[in-house]
Order: sequence, then C-alpha cells, then structure tokens
Amino acid sequence: MLELSNVRKRFGDREVLRGIDLKVEDGDVVALIGPSGSGKTTLLRCANFLERADEGTMVFRGETYDLPKTSRRDIRRMRQHTGFVFQSYNLFANRTALGNVTEGLVVARKMRKAEAADRAMEALRRVGLADWASHYPSQLSGGQQQRVAIARAIALEPDIIFFDEPTSALDPELIGEVLGVMRDLAESGMTMLVVTHEMTFAREVSNRVVFMEDGQIVEERRSRKFFKNPHTERARQFLRAIGERE
Amino acid sequence: MDERLWGIVEKALKDIVEKGLPTTMLLTVVSFAIALVIATLVALVQHARLPVLTQLSRFYIWLIRGTPLLVQLLVVYYALPAIGIVIDAVPAAIIAFSINEGAYCSETMRAALESVPVGQTEAGLCVGMSYTKVMLRIVIPQALRTAVPNLFNSLISMVKDTSLVSNITVVDMFMITKRHVGRTYEFLTLYVLLALLYLAISTLMTMLQRLAERFLNRNVGREVKKIA
Repeated sequence: MLELSNVRKRFGDREVLRGIDLKVEDGDVVALIGPSGSGKTTLLRCANFLERADEGTMVFRGETYDLPKTSRRDIRRMRQHTGFVFQSYNLFANRTALGNVTEGLVVARKMRKAEAADRAMEALRRVGLADWASHYPSQLSGGQQQRVAIARAIALEPDIIFFDEPTSALDPELIGEVLGVMRDLAESGMTMLVVTHEMTFAREVSNRVVFMEDGQIVEERRSRKFFKNPHTERARQFLRAIGERE
Repeated sequence: MDERLWGIVEKALKDIVEKGLPTTMLLTVVSFAIALVIATLVALVQHARLPVLTQLSRFYIWLIRGTPLLVQLLVVYYALPAIGIVIDAVPAAIIAFSINEGAYCSETMRAALESVPVGQTEAGLCVGMSYTKVMLRIVIPQALRTAVPNLFNSLISMVKDTSLVSNITVVDMFMITKRHVGRTYEFLTLYVLLALLYLAISTLMTMLQRLAERFLNRNVGREVKKIA
C-alpha cells in the first residue's frame, strides 16, 4: 500500500530523519511512537509532502515517487488518495463543520454540491456530529473539532489516513471521544499511520508499533508483542519512562 | 452670520461640492482600488516567498515608504516629462497615489495573511486543493477580515492626502477653497467649511467600514463559550 525507503531529512545541521524504511500494508493500523524530537511527525509530513525530504522514495498505489523531486501535479494526485489529521485540527475557520468536509470534495474533487453535502453528512454522522453540521469551528470543543477533521479526511475516501498526534492538543476528558472514532475507523478496515503518545491506542487499536528514536526506526513489531516484550533496550527504557512497564 | 458672509459660504460650498468633490472622490476611489490590487499582489508574493519578486517587493515598499508623498507626486508630474514621459495631472495623481498607498496597504495585507494559521493552508493542500484555491477560498477571506480596519485607516488618510494634488494643478476641493479664500479673505470660515466637508467624507467611510466588517463576519460564528 505505502512503502517508504531511505527517507532522509535535515533541518540545518540537525539530521532529523536518518534513512527511514517503512512499509504499511492494506488495512494496517501502524502506531508511530517514540520520544519527542525523534522525527515521527517529520516522517509523516514528508510522506504527504508537507515537508520535502532530502532523499528517499515512496511507493504508493503502485506508483513510485522520488520524494525530493516529485512535481506539484504528482503531489496533488497523491493527496487525492490520502487524508491527514493534524494535532491542532486545522479546520477552516470560515467554513461550518459541513463546509469543512465538503470543501475538498467540491473544490479538489469537483463533486456536485448536493452530492458532496450528502457524503459530508454521512462522514459527520460517522464521527457523531451530524447535529453540529452548521456550527463553525469556533463554536465547537477541541474534541468536536478533531472529529470534524477526521470526517473531512474520511469523506475523501482515502486509501490511507495519516494522523499527527491527533489527541495531544486535547483536554484529557476529550481524548476518549476522538480515540473512539479512530477505533471505529480502524475496525472498519481503514489503513492508518498514527503518530501518537496514547499507549492505550497503540496497544489496543494498532496492529503494529514502530518505535523511533533520533531519526531512526529502532524497533518495529506487532503491537501486542512489542508491549509484552520489547526487543531493544531503548524501547524498554522508553516504556518504563512513560509508565507502561515496571 | 451676516448676509455677505452667508453669500460667500453658499457660493464656495456650491463650487467645492460641484467641481472639487467629484475630483477628490475620483482620485480617492480609483487610486485606492488600484492600490488594493497592488497591495494584494505584493503581499501574496511575499507570503508565498517567491524568489526575486519578494526582494523586489521589499525594495518597492522601502522606496515608497521612505520618501514623501508630495515628492512622489512632483516626480510623476514634473520630473517624468524630462525623460520623455508626459502624463496629465489627474492620471499622474492617480498613479502616484496608487503606488504610494499600495506600499502601505501591502504591509497591512501581509500581516493579515500571516494572521491566518498556516495549518489551514496545509489542511487545504491535504484535501487536494491547489495553493491558489486555498488562498482564494480559505486564507484571503479570513485575512480581509483582519485587514479591514487598517485598510480603512489608509483609505481615510488618503481622502485627506488628496488635497496635495493642488501642487500639480489638479483642481480639487482644496484648490477651489483656496481660490475662494484668495478672493474673499475669509480664511477662518472657508477653511473650517472645507474641514467639515473632509470630516463628512471620513464619517461616511467610517460607516462604510462598519458595513464591510459586518459583511465579512457574516459567515463566521461568534466566539461562544467552549462546549467542553
């Protein structure tokens, strides 16, 4: 489904990604974890061209993209089949919840407005916000905004959705509703690549854990095995530090 | 007020409103419209960090903001003919005002564009929209809302600055008043009258600003308490 090879990225003197290879299969829910500054978010952003990798290739839907050289047209074509959910929601402030979801359908997909509205309402229903369709982002709680953002992503019927710490900006009592929506999504078979600090999600929802540190993948295993018995010492330390292990 | 003075005021007022006001309004409206186009383009160039054009934009702003408007007017009208470019007084005034105001407004527009969180641009790109579409549909409408108060500041300032055009032979409200003063020596009355006319125009523009703000805010929900 999606395969990244030898992705490298530096910001000034700092090498943030040091040759990442990552494969995501159809229906995979991959949790990308690791300490702050390990490059998880940058990797996600490089995969969707929000950052330009300095080196590396990506195979997606059978097409190979040379990450540093991909043209703007190819980027837009690639984005037609991916969704992205941001840490800070990034809803369009001048659009209602419904408008946020229809915008991409109408403008990028050239869908007719009525059809887009139907599809958008269906997406909002899936995240439990059909009753909030006519509200503006400023009238919604953080959790609701993030659910609208997820609806915006799923309405495009992408092959994969990237999540960049989707619950990190939320008040603790709002995290559950967003994770609930993500769990439903995972169970429906959606392919997801999720940067997260939510170990409950990584353990219970994702089927694979990728543990990163210092711009490299240190360990990559099935979630259950990873949490039960991490292979590397670094992963064990990390899990201890966040209280996931004695 | 005695009858003589009343007669002078009546005559001057008629002259100013009939002959001067249209020129002042023409200069203001046309120049400001062109200035807005310049400002938006110059701001977008910088916002998108286009190479070369960004440097050119900064140079333009530096040059125009660093020199007096009056000098710019005189250059366009009196100095350009020396190198073979002859422009009539009114078009010359419009050119000078547009270029001048464009520089100031472009900074207003740039600040306003930057006030829209970059995340919204990224989100727009991620749903497959082009950069241009994201700008037109998401960023610029929100930026305008922020820019309006400052843009009206510039507009109101410009109405009054148009009185400088008497220096390049354009007959505007100020020029006509000056002529009446020259004939009648009624400095106090006639200049106060002129001031009141400028004040009236500014008041109208302030009202226009309210309408513009209401219009731009029409489809944004009011901040309400977070429904946690």
